[in-house]
Amino acid sequence: MSVTPQSLKTLSRAWEPMSYGFLDASAKREMRRKMIKAVAVPGCQMPYASREVPMARGWGTGGLQVSLTLIRPNMRIKVIDQGADDSVNAASIRHFLARVSGAPTTLDTLQADLIQSRHRIPEEKLNEDQILVLQVPNPEPLRPVQPNMSVARQMHADADYGRMWLQLYEQIVRSGRVMQGASYPSMVNGRHVMTPSPIPRWDVPKLNMAQHLTILSAGREKRIFAVPPYTRVEPLVFDDVPYKVEEHHDLTCSRSGAKGFFMNEIPQEDGSSAYELSDSGFGVKHIQQGIGDAVTLGKTWYENGEMVE
Amino acid sequence: MSVILHVQGLTKGFTMHHLGSQMAAFSDISFDLNAGEFLLLKGQNGAGKSTMLRTLYRSYLAQAGQVLFHSDHGVIDLLRAADVDVTHLRRTEIGFVTQFLVARPRVSAEDLVAEPLRMAGHSAPQALDKARYWLKAFGVKDSLWRAYPTTFSGGEQQKVNLARALILPRKLLLLDEPTASLDAHARVALVARLQELKQNGTAMIGVFHHPDDVEHLIDRVIDLTPDAPNMEDRADVAV
Amino acid sequence: MTLTLDAPRIVTTRPLVTLRDVTKTYGDVQAVTRVSAEVFPGEVLGIVGESGSGKSTLLRMMNLEDTPDSGSYTLDLPDVQGNLFELGRFARRMLCATKIGIVYQNPHLGLLMKHSSSGNVAERLLIAGERRFSVLRDKARAALAASEFPLERLDAPPIELSGGMQQRVQLAKAIALEPALLLLDEPTTGLDVSVQALVLDTLKRLQQDRNITMVIVSHDLGVIRTLADRVMVMRRGEVVEAGLVDQIFQDPQHPYTQQLVHAKL
Repeated sequence: MSVTPQSLKTLSRAWEPMSYGFLDASAKREMRRKMIKAVAVPGCQMPYASREVPMARGWGTGGLQVSLTLIRPNMRIKVIDQGADDSVNAASIRHFLARVSGAPTTLDTLQADLIQSRHRIPEEKLNEDQILVLQVPNPEPLRPVQPNMSVARQMHADADYGRMWLQLYEQIVRSGRVMQGASYPSMVNGRHVMTPSPIPRWDVPKLNMAQHLTILSAGREKRIFAVPPYTRVEPLVFDDVPYKVEEHHDLTCSRSGAKGFFMNEIPQEDGSSAYELSDSGFGVKHIQQGIGDAVTLGKTWYENGEMVE
Repeated sequence: MSVILHVQGLTKGFTMHHLGSQMAAFSDISFDLNAGEFLLLKGQNGAGKSTMLRTLYRSYLAQAGQVLFHSDHGVIDLLRAADVDVTHLRRTEIGFVTQFLVARPRVSAEDLVAEPLRMAGHSAPQALDKARYWLKAFGVKDSLWRAYPTTFSGGEQQKVNLARALILPRKLLLLDEPTASLDAHARVALVARLQELKQNGTAMIGVFHHPDDVEHLIDRVIDLTPDAPNMEDRADVAV
Repeated sequence: MTLTLDAPRIVTTRPLVTLRDVTKTYGDVQAVTRVSAEVFPGEVLGIVGESGSGKSTLLRMMNLEDTPDSGSYTLDLPDVQGNLFELGRFARRMLCATKIGIVYQNPHLGLLMKHSSSGNVAERLLIAGERRFSVLRDKARAALAASEFPLERLDAPPIELSGGMQQRVQLAKAIALEPALLLLDEPTTGLDVSVQALVLDTLKRLQQDRNITMVIVSHDLGVIRTLADRVMVMRRGEVVEAGLVDQIFQDPQHPYTQQLVHAKL
């Protein structure tokens, strides 16, 4: 049996101008390890190196690095920005992801294997095979109450969330209600309080006991955390002051006629407002259905404007 | 008659560190006191009458001797007892009566008087009833009962203080000139109350400027004046 | 000199607080040297001494903010066991939040100056796990009322309040959970004399109404005399004398105590 002499050349790969999925192997390895850690301790923030990507920090680099690590040529990807597939940022990221991986893209939530999103969770339910990647500008829910991040980390370790609760108390005292709109602090798996990224209050209940895996990544702040499938996510609320989502139950989309979902408000010339579905892919499907095209509308988290338990 | 207090070789002096000197008050005093007995301390000014009372009360620390007090919890040496025990005994079994009231802001006269009863476990309305009874007995006008004694005249304060000090029957009462500057009516009430307590078994040690008020209560006299048994016998000076 | 540890006792009340041989050094400085003390339920222990005598260090250790080099600290409470100095950070925090209240001389140490006063009190209850807004509000209001805080300023932030009012908020916060032990670190120092009297008055009332066990540290003998049942005199980290408050003031034994008492009266 002849033995092939070993050398650096036989042991390593040939040089290529670009790695698959843009990030080099060691960067992806780190991402994978940190994602596993994040899944293992739901809601706990894990630090990571946050590599350079061809995009400015703060524009979704955290989410992008997760997507680049997870991506495979056979994965169908969807990218949304505030619910819209067609915003410049979403389109650019989608185009980039497809280019560096060869993965197909889609606008349909039901078709997507990997969804990278900024500030929204799609209205159609995700299932166990799907992964949601949320871009996070500020991963630290304690920052408003504790500017010192070392102390904040200690507070997480001790589950010391008194200040967090105090903030909610103060809001009710001052304004008669909780003023926190987006990024509503939520307890994950009964242990860590996380910010669910600036998704509206409407979307937070969707994370509770969801079938899909959610990975939240902040590129600028270099923190990653996750909500594994079937994990409790409970917004912090007082027992006698119920959690309220935005009052979009009775709004109707002026373009698709869909009712009872999260809407964008579009101011009109006469001072009134029109509304359209914030989840644009979902809206397109409604319009297609309206003109008689064959489309599949998935099960939604909200039905008739109410969260389905 | 059961012994309440057994005093043996009691010695008290003061060390004045800033003068580098010692000042003796009294030394080697021994006596027994039975339940229901009234002991008068006499002696000239500075002979240590008040010092003796305060030493027995543990406001002053004795230098030598033993003060065995037969409390409800057993016999205890008051000179060496733990502070917490002394506090407890002061609250329940040993009273100290002076002419000076330690008034507290925003506590009414009747509440102040009722306090010893409440601390001894009496119900609030019951304690208040008794407090009013004694305020009346000592001649405090009922319009003053709910006022704060901080604003009272010296005489009225003294009456409130006596009512407070004597409302709860004690095993041992230490009386430091309680009659001084008291009006006639209150003095009668005080003597009557002392007599009543004495009959119920309270042992008393007293210092009086005018012992004639309580003459009929006195069982024994101890003269603290050192080596001066034949001092001039004037009633208005130290007796 | 130790406090009452070895004196004969016939009344069987067990001390709530027991400190034994507590020693703390900072570098070469002996801040506290072999201090032992007991505090009994319902009693007020005063600790006097000039600045640098170690009295505040001792109080901070009783609030578990600081750990001594050696010594033990026990609290006689149903679910509290062992030497508290050996507890970890988490256990300390929970114990201090629920069983011990503290009022600092400097309100900035004890209060969130920009949060509402009621919120400052509510935070304590939140740490203890209260999650009903209405209950939080009621309890915060009750604690502030007990501290004789003007309720129309319930939600004013402490930064807008006077020094005396800030101390009342601290006090309300400290008593909100009805702690077993209330620690007071120079609670009236730095206040106007008239305000000082009012705060002392409130403390006295609270003590009498609720029979709270207190340890009060002050260099002001008047404060100690007004509030304390027993006094511990500290000097250079050591207890030079301890006794009943009237005994310490009327018949001080140690030269230092005599000097202290005579200087102030």
